[in-house]
Amino acid sequence: MRHSIAMTVNGRRTVLDVEPHRTLLEVLRDRLDLLGTREGCGVGECGACTVLLNGRAVVSCLVLAVSADGAEITTIEGLAKEGRLDPIRTGAIQCGFCTPGMIMAAKGASVLEGNLCRCTGYAKIHEAIAQSASPPAGRETTSA
Amino acid sequence: MTLIGQRIPKLDAADKATGRSRYIQDLRLPGLLEARVLRSTVPHGRIVSVDVSRAREAPGVFAVLASQDIPPKRYGYAKDTTALKGDRVRRIGDEIAAVAAVDADAAAEALDLIRFEIEPLPAVFDPERTLDPGAPLVHEDRGSNLVRTHDYAHGRVEEGFARAAHVVEGTFRLPAQAHGCLGPAGAVAEWDARGRLTLHDPTQIPFLIQRDLADTLGIPPSDLRIIQPTIAGGFGARLDLYPHEIISALLARAAGRPVRLAMDREEDFATDPVRPRTVVRMRTAAAADGALLAREADVIVDCGAYVSWGAVTPIVMMHTMGSFYRVPHVKYRARTVYTNTAPTGAFRGFGNPEITFAIESQMDELAARIGIDPVEMRLRNANQPGEVTPQGSRITSCGMKECLEAVRERMPPPGTRPPGGRPLLRAAGENLVASATQTETESPSSPAICPAGRIEGTEPARSPLRRGIGVAAVFHVGGGARIYRSDGCGAMVKIDDFGKATVVVGATDIGQGMETVAAQMAAEELGVPLEAVRIAPADTDVRPWDVGVHASRTTFIAGNAVRAAAKDAKRQIEAARTALGLPPDTPYDKVVRSEHFRDQGSLVIGRAYFDPPNAMVDAENKGNVSAAYVFGAHAAEVEVDVETGQVRVLRVVAAHDVGRAINPMYVEGQIEGGVMQGIGYALLEEVILREGGMSNPNFLDYRMPGPQDMPSIETVIVETNDPSGPFGAKGIGEPPLVPVAAAIANAVANATGVRLRELPMTPERVWRALRAWADVEAPGEICGKE
Repeated sequence: MRHSIAMTVNGRRTVLDVEPHRTLLEVLRDRLDLLGTREGCGVGECGACTVLLNGRAVVSCLVLAVSADGAEITTIEGLAKEGRLDPIRTGAIQCGFCTPGMIMAAKGASVLEGNLCRCTGYAKIHEAIAQSASPPAGRETTSA
Repeated sequence: MTLIGQRIPKLDAADKATGRSRYIQDLRLPGLLEARVLRSTVPHGRIVSVDVSRAREAPGVFAVLASQDIPPKRYGYAKDTTALKGDRVRRIGDEIAAVAAVDADAAAEALDLIRFEIEPLPAVFDPERTLDPGAPLVHEDRGSNLVRTHDYAHGRVEEGFARAAHVVEGTFRLPAQAHGCLGPAGAVAEWDARGRLTLHDPTQIPFLIQRDLADTLGIPPSDLRIIQPTIAGGFGARLDLYPHEIISALLARAAGRPVRLAMDREEDFATDPVRPRTVVRMRTAAAADGALLAREADVIVDCGAYVSWGAVTPIVMMHTMGSFYRVPHVKYRARTVYTNTAPTGAFRGFGNPEITFAIESQMDELAARIGIDPVEMRLRNANQPGEVTPQGSRITSCGMKECLEAVRERMPPPGTRPPGGRPLLRAAGENLVASATQTETESPSSPAICPAGRIEGTEPARSPLRRGIGVAAVFHVGGGARIYRSDGCGAMVKIDDFGKATVVVGATDIGQGMETVAAQMAAEELGVPLEAVRIAPADTDVRPWDVGVHASRTTFIAGNAVRAAAKDAKRQIEAARTALGLPPDTPYDKVVRSEHFRDQGSLVIGRAYFDPPNAMVDAENKGNVSAAYVFGAHAAEVEVDVETGQVRVLRVVAAHDVGRAINPMYVEGQIEGGVMQGIGYALLEEVILREGGMSNPNFLDYRMPGPQDMPSIETVIVETNDPSGPFGAKGIGEPPLVPVAAAIANAVANATGVRLRELPMTPERVWRALRAWADVEAPGEICGKE
């Protein structure tokens, strides 16, 4: 049996039929092709699938899609349109798999404890978040 | 120079930050099927029957394969396995059958319809017991669980020990560490009508896989094209040919449709080619003045059920044994063994964190015996520029001394530290902290050792927290490592008629920043802005040969290749300018366009192949395997709760000789990330086995460091400008992980007086060690006695 749900995803009203056991993560990736939301574990332990649900950071693998009926969802693709790319300037990105989830978590919460990164050691991620809270300082060197 | 040494953001950072990068899970192809694998739930058994007939008829299923349906082609280092197992399973997780269906749900439902019977056989899990007489044989036909023995010696080790003033001895046990790449493993296979296979695969070895996989499939290697999507972490996990790659190709051929075999987290953990469980029995001898005299080790390395890279780690350990510090007499023996557990593989550092843990623990034990500062002990024995070690390592640039001095300066020794810290200098006795030494150097109110929660002092509010600092150094290859006959990498630089350069280089970017560093070097050499350089896609049909991303070799090897190719392109531009009679400052676009539009014109494509001046080891395991070596030193400050055994790392100073930092931001990234993985290895991470299968295959139970586990890390980049490195650069990928566990163990010993020789140093292990020490070794040393 399928349920009809209506969500506002990245500002667009979206109506779809979903099976009751589908997670928000599955719907975002498999039905809406929003592939920047990633599955690192599927059980809420890594934070790679973090999105904003009504402005609050959630791990979308633990949210049933039917429970997001009527919600406003923002994914990394929605945020990217704003053009704020602070991690780029700080070296906070290596393999990048965790990056969208980190950015979404930073937008929706003040701490990152639920987000795992296996590459960076977190220092440069914290730096990026600190920079995104304040205007760029101009000490970064971009290409010549 | 304008671009070398600049903090330039990665070329793909914007795509990664906006969610546009495409990993293997993100690939979308028309008709793409999803695959699942049926795995053994017993560690050792005889396969009696496998019946896939009902699965084949299930809705949405396109292909089902068991071993009888595939070429019986053995593969791997020891040719000891097939992609789907036929007569035997040898570990929990062994592949029995596989399904490709319209989606993952349909594939999983079909798996449930496969009927199979396995007759259990006795199994062996402990690498220290697997060579015992009567132990069950993992591979019956081999007659033994011994895979190989590695022997190395220089000098006469008994003579060294006989002359020693101090000898320390111990057994060090190292756990299996999982890579935990944030993106799980997977591959997508598609065949064209002519029988040519394209495999989308986040592998670290595209050009080696080409041959190995083609061989198992029975096709010419030239009929196999590897395209690497964005790679979600490597660290050695993607350094071999694995069953999922073969199975995806076989299923796609059988189904006539493209197939993805992507693992979930639990499966990724359960099949991960972990850092092998390793046991190091070591003894080290020093003269009264601290000069090292002899070092001897007997090592056992767990290969798991099949031989992969884990079995090669003794070779790296051997080089550290033979060349780290100046040791006149060395003897080393390692045995690699089979057990009924997952095949072990390569993990950043590749044996070096294991052996360095033992070596650097014993350096501190010796320093304590002799009564000198641990940094001084290391400086006294440090490798020197221009030295040729008895093993044959030709050390060119060497910043070991500078690294040690840098960490000492930033993490100062006793006397110069504020109250609360404990001195680096300790009295004699490897398991003892003499309270006399403490009271001399600490403020009178500082707490005494109080193991096992036995707070007996007169001050009831006395804190159970003890602070200590520890150091450890690292020696590693940094100019390639010739473990295959080739250690080479090719590069081409094409200048187009808009004046832009395309760099086509064989090396692989696994997130470390290879492509950005290659672009920096090419732009620098060509004298163009970075924006004028792009990197060609990761496709074996396009890119030239490279051995793979391993051994901290990429900046050095690929960098030299790219630099030489760019030089070649520049030379061609200059020649064309002359031939065309153009002024010397004519821009690239005009020169190239003029070539393209004239009679008998030519292309401007620079090319180069760089294979470093290093050698494979000889029959005595001697030889200069790397064209350059790298050095580093870490200091860690820890706080140990002696009531709970909890160790917290407060601060790490990590100094590394990188030759030259092409992009300091990403050198720091390698150091900080390596320290993080080292802290995991030291304190948190352990694959826990039950009946040989991983019993903690999730991020909650396999605890990798999170943001809350990380101390402040101060990185120090030491530049020694290696003569053969591109712009002076050497490798930095692996070294930052290598000394971390030893530095932390030394800090724990400094804080508590108790030396741990088993990783990870979990609260339970630390608490038990503290209690054993308090109860047995120093009953009079319990708190409240000062």
